[in-house]
Parts: sequence; C-alpha cells; structure tokens
Amino acid sequence: MTTVEKAAEVRGQASGPYRVFMSRRASLLPTLTAVAILILLFIGAEIFLRGDFITPRNISALLLDNAYLLILAVGMTFVIMTGGIDLSVGSVMAFTGIWLASLLEAGTSLAIAIPAVMVGGALVGLLIGILVQFFDVQPFIASLAGLFLARGLAYVVSLNSILVENDAVLSLQSTRFQIGDWYITPTGILALVVTLIGTYVMQYTRFGRTTYAIGGNPQASLMGLKVARTTVSVYVISGVCGGLAGLVLTAYSGAGYPRNGIGTELDVIAAVVIGGTVLTGGRGYVLGSMVGVFVYGTIKTIISFMGAEQSWMQIIIGALLLLFIVVQRAIVARSVRRT
Amino acid sequence: MRTVIKHRLFWPVAMLILLIVINTVARSQFASITIRDGRLYGALIDILRQSAPLMLVALGMTIVIATRGIDLSVGAVMAVSGAVALTIIDGSTDPNQLGVVVLAVVVAILVSLLLGVWNGFLVSVLGIQPIIATLVLMLAGRGVALLITEGFITTVNSTPFEYISTGYLLLLPFAFFIWVAAVAAVGLIERRSALGVLTEAVGINPEASRLAGVRSRGIIWSAYAASAILSGVAGLIYASNIKAADANAAGQFIELYAILAVVVGGTSLMGGKFSIAGTVVGVLIIQTLESSILFLGVSPAQSPVFFALVVVLVVIIQSPTLHRYARRLTRSARQASEHASDLEPTG
Repeated sequence: MTTVEKAAEVRGQASGPYRVFMSRRASLLPTLTAVAILILLFIGAEIFLRGDFITPRNISALLLDNAYLLILAVGMTFVIMTGGIDLSVGSVMAFTGIWLASLLEAGTSLAIAIPAVMVGGALVGLLIGILVQFFDVQPFIASLAGLFLARGLAYVVSLNSILVENDAVLSLQSTRFQIGDWYITPTGILALVVTLIGTYVMQYTRFGRTTYAIGGNPQASLMGLKVARTTVSVYVISGVCGGLAGLVLTAYSGAGYPRNGIGTELDVIAAVVIGGTVLTGGRGYVLGSMVGVFVYGTIKTIISFMGAEQSWMQIIIGALLLLFIVVQRAIVARSVRRT
Repeated sequence: MRTVIKHRLFWPVAMLILLIVINTVARSQFASITIRDGRLYGALIDILRQSAPLMLVALGMTIVIATRGIDLSVGAVMAVSGAVALTIIDGSTDPNQLGVVVLAVVVAILVSLLLGVWNGFLVSVLGIQPIIATLVLMLAGRGVALLITEGFITTVNSTPFEYISTGYLLLLPFAFFIWVAAVAAVGLIERRSALGVLTEAVGINPEASRLAGVRSRGIIWSAYAASAILSGVAGLIYASNIKAADANAAGQFIELYAILAVVVGGTSLMGGKFSIAGTVVGVLIIQTLESSILFLGVSPAQSPVFFALVVVLVVIIQSPTLHRYARRLTRSARQASEHASDLEPTG
C-alpha cells in the first residue's frame, strides 16, 4: 500500500458521502450557509408578512435595487481573494457617477463619456495596485488613499448633484423586459453579466487560479505565477467595477451626486464576507458574493416592509457579519489542523 | 546632524515646521496670537483646540496598532458616546446642573468602555482579525447610536456640557488640556512602566511573547478598551462642540484620519514599535494641513484630494522599496566618485 493511499485512508476514517464532501469542499460551507440564510429569510418573511413577500415583483426589484452593489461585490471578491481589501469602491462609484453626469451635461457623447469614466475608475485601481505591489503598502492604507482621492475628485467635479437628461442612460433603468410580473432592466442584465464574467474568470482561467493562489500564499511567485501582474490587475478590476457601478447608480437615481456611496465599501465587504469569501484570501466564490448581496438586499427589503427604523439594518448586518466571521474562523481552524 | 536626521521623529517634525512656515509666509495672521478677555485667540490656538477629538482617537489607535491591530469602530464609538450623554442631559429636569453633566459624561465613558471590551473580546479571545472584528461594531455602532437618539439629532443647551469643547482655562481652550492630559496619562502608563515594552513585544511577535510569559491576551484586550474610552471622550468633545448628538455625522472618517496620523507619526502598521510623540505630531500635521486647505479657499469637501496625495507621498517615502533603491543609488554614486578620485592622481 502506498503512502498516498494510507494517508487517504486515515483521512477518510469515518467515510460516507457527507464526510467526503465536507473534507473536499470545506470552503463551500460558508457559501452554502449563506444560501440557507437567504432561503430562511424568504420563508420567514413570507410567513411573517402573510404571503406578500415572495412575489415576482419583489424578487425582480431585489436585483434592480442592488445591481450596483452586485457589480462592486464582484470586483471586491477578486481583491479579497488575493488577501487584499479595497476601501475605495464607494468613492470610486461616486466619482465616476458624478463625472459621467457632468460629462453628459456638457454635451459629451456617450461613446466618449462611458469609456472615460471606466478609465477613471481603472486609474484609481491602478494607483492602489501599484502602491500595494511595488511599494509594499498595505492594501488597507493604499485603498484608503484611493478612497480619499476619489471622494475628493467627486467634489472637485461638482459640489451638488447633477441631473442626467440623457435618454440612453436613463433607459438603462426605465426599460423593462417583462415576462408576466417578472421584469429585468438593462442595469440588472449588466450586473448579471458582470457576475458571470467574474465567475468564469475566477474559476476557469489561469488568471483566476493565480488569484486564488496568491490569497493562499503570497509566495506563489516561487511557482512561476505572475503575482505582480495579477495583484495590480485585481485592483484595476475593482476600479473598473466601481466605474460600472457609477454608471448603474447614475441610471438608477437619474442623477450624479458626490455624496453617493459613503460607507458602501463596508456594505460591499459585508456582502462578500456573508457570501463566503474568507478575508484572509484564497477561499470563496464570485457566485457566493452574489448570494451575499441578495441576503443584504433581502434584509433591507424586509426592514422597509416592516417599517422598522434604518438603524436596525446596520445592527443586523453587523450581527450577520459577526456570525459569518465566526463560522469562517472555525472552518479555517479545522482545515489548518487537518493539513 | 546625522543623529538628528536619523531620529524617527525628524521627518514628521520637519513636515510640521514646513507647513507652519508656509502658512506664516502665505498669511501673516496665521502665527499671530491675540489676548482678549484673558483668552488666547489665533489660528494656532484653533488648531490646538480643534485637534482634540482626533488626538484622543489617534492616541488610542496608536496603542491598538502597536499590538498589530486596528480599530475601525472609533467613529461609531464616538457617535454612541455622544448619543448616550446627550440623551441623559436631554432627559434631565435641569440640563444646566453640573451633576447631571458629570453623570452623563461618566455613563457615556462607561458605555464606550463596554464597546471596547466587546472589540477586545472578539480580537483577543475569539482570535478574529482586528479589521473585521472592529468592522462589526463600525457597522452596528451607528445603528445603536440611532436607536439611543430614536433616529433624531438630539440637541441640548447645557452650559457645563458646552464648556468641554468651547470653554477656556488659564488662557487656553479646555479641550487642549483634555488631550494634553490624555497624552500625558498614556505616555506615563506606557513608557514609565513595562507596559509599553510588553505592548511592542506583543505587536512584534504575539506567539513568541506569549511563550515568553507575556500575557498578550490581557494586553491586547486593554488596548481596545483604552481606544474605546479615548474615542468616547472624543465623542463627548464633538457633541459638545455642535451641542448635538448626530449619530450619522459624529466621527465620520475619523478612523481614517486617525490611522493616517499614526502612520505619518512614524508608527508602522505592522505593529511593534510605536511613538506617542509621533502621533501627536501627526495629528498636528493633519490639523494644520486641514487649516491650510481651508485657507486656500478649497471647499472642505474637496480636501480629501490633498490628503490622498499626502498619504501616497508618505507611504512611498516610508516604503522599503524606495529605501533600497535610494541606497543603491547613493552607493553607486559613491563608487563613481571614488572611481573618479582614483583616476585623478594618475592623470
């Protein structure tokens, strides 16, 4: 009997489909917990609100209202997967949103304005990535600089909100593709497409595997992986997602506003963590972050249905975050013990 | 000269002096201090007064960062502390009574302590990463503050409470004395006892210091408690300044400015060695910078761009990559000059 077989036998002492699944897919557990919580939330709300909650209209609205959050969460998942963090996303969203509105107000065509704000978001991400990778700045501090920069730039563009009267941008929000009571807007489709691309890149490309590897161990360059390029890229991706979210939010609210997205970075981080991505990096799923965003959005909807104060939202999200961190902590501790 | 430049406070102090010189040249009234009714007035005095909340928060942050942690919840603790104090004062029959204000202050600080104990529990007992552990309270804390004020901005008119931030004592603002006392207290406790050294030991290597018999759990726990108490006092000063408890605006972004002040002051975010004097200088730099930006006629809302540039500049100057590069550059320059002098006699 070879040592490999022996080791496998020792590990699988109490075999059985459950144990085998758990030992091989332990990193799925937080995400599955998030799915379970999402289902429980739906059932609970349905019972509590006497059958008024699970309606096509509500579920469609869930995607619509949280489209910008979903886009940000996809970008954030890449950053957190490398063990980093990006605090700048809310400010980047505000900056790109108000810049887009002001460009359109000045009569710039969409074909120029949209790429311009995307590049703006990407540049903030590039700055953070370069600081992190080439100057050994902690991601927290580097993205803090990005937060300040983008927030300040948003106010430089305009101190007040700017109405958007461009029909193409507004139609991103107002167009509804309907099947019965179900509907989806172009912003929702955009968010789903971003999620799918994110999932594909993370799971099926060399870039995605490098991202996982860096979070697992930053010394991955020893194995010939392109750590520097990937680390800078994840922040650029997050910046571009910030730009997209700015576009979506501008379409959603019909205006650019420099105070948009204050504290959104925390909501995004909370959603990603609730979705099962471990903050130390290396474990998690883009689709998990989507579940996290839906959990976040559902709680928000339930609270507004119940007419409770917004303060409860913050408290509940804080409590959920705590729950998930403790679950993750237990899982990481177990897998460390096993290896 | 060499030892002066090598001192770790050299760059922060040089930066502060440079800022003050630039300001004095740009506007002559900056350095002028006038006495009216036995009180000192002037831009510099304003900086000393306005820096009080940030100073207290940054002081606590320094200790937490020294243990290799970070406390994101300081702003939320400020909001809770202000909400508790103002709710007590608002609910009393006579807001101008000194006893009521003292009670409110004491209760607010105790509640802050409780929040700090919670943070410390998550970090030191459950072993959760500090960023995340304090993120929980950062999110939930403002909700708690809103619950306490029942969603409103509680305002009061209480002379003793307003004294905390706007009062004067012996020529100088009372708030200035609060932060000087806090700096002195923390400095004495950390540097005149072994606590400071033990804190640095925990920050440099938690596992090794635990094996060496340092009670790292208690030290980390008390760091978060201290940070919360200082933030609580900062929240009281903030609330006293605006005569209101604003759960959303109180201490917004202060965690970022506090971390910035600590880093500018030369304490590494990697934990370990910390400098209280450095943090004091860091806070004064930020406050002076803020005052200069306002003077330039830039809207306060746009000032983050300047702070972003300062952060980028500071972290690049501190980065090991740049130091390595600079060393290589000076070495090759020296070699080149030695080479040249070698050639000279023969030529």
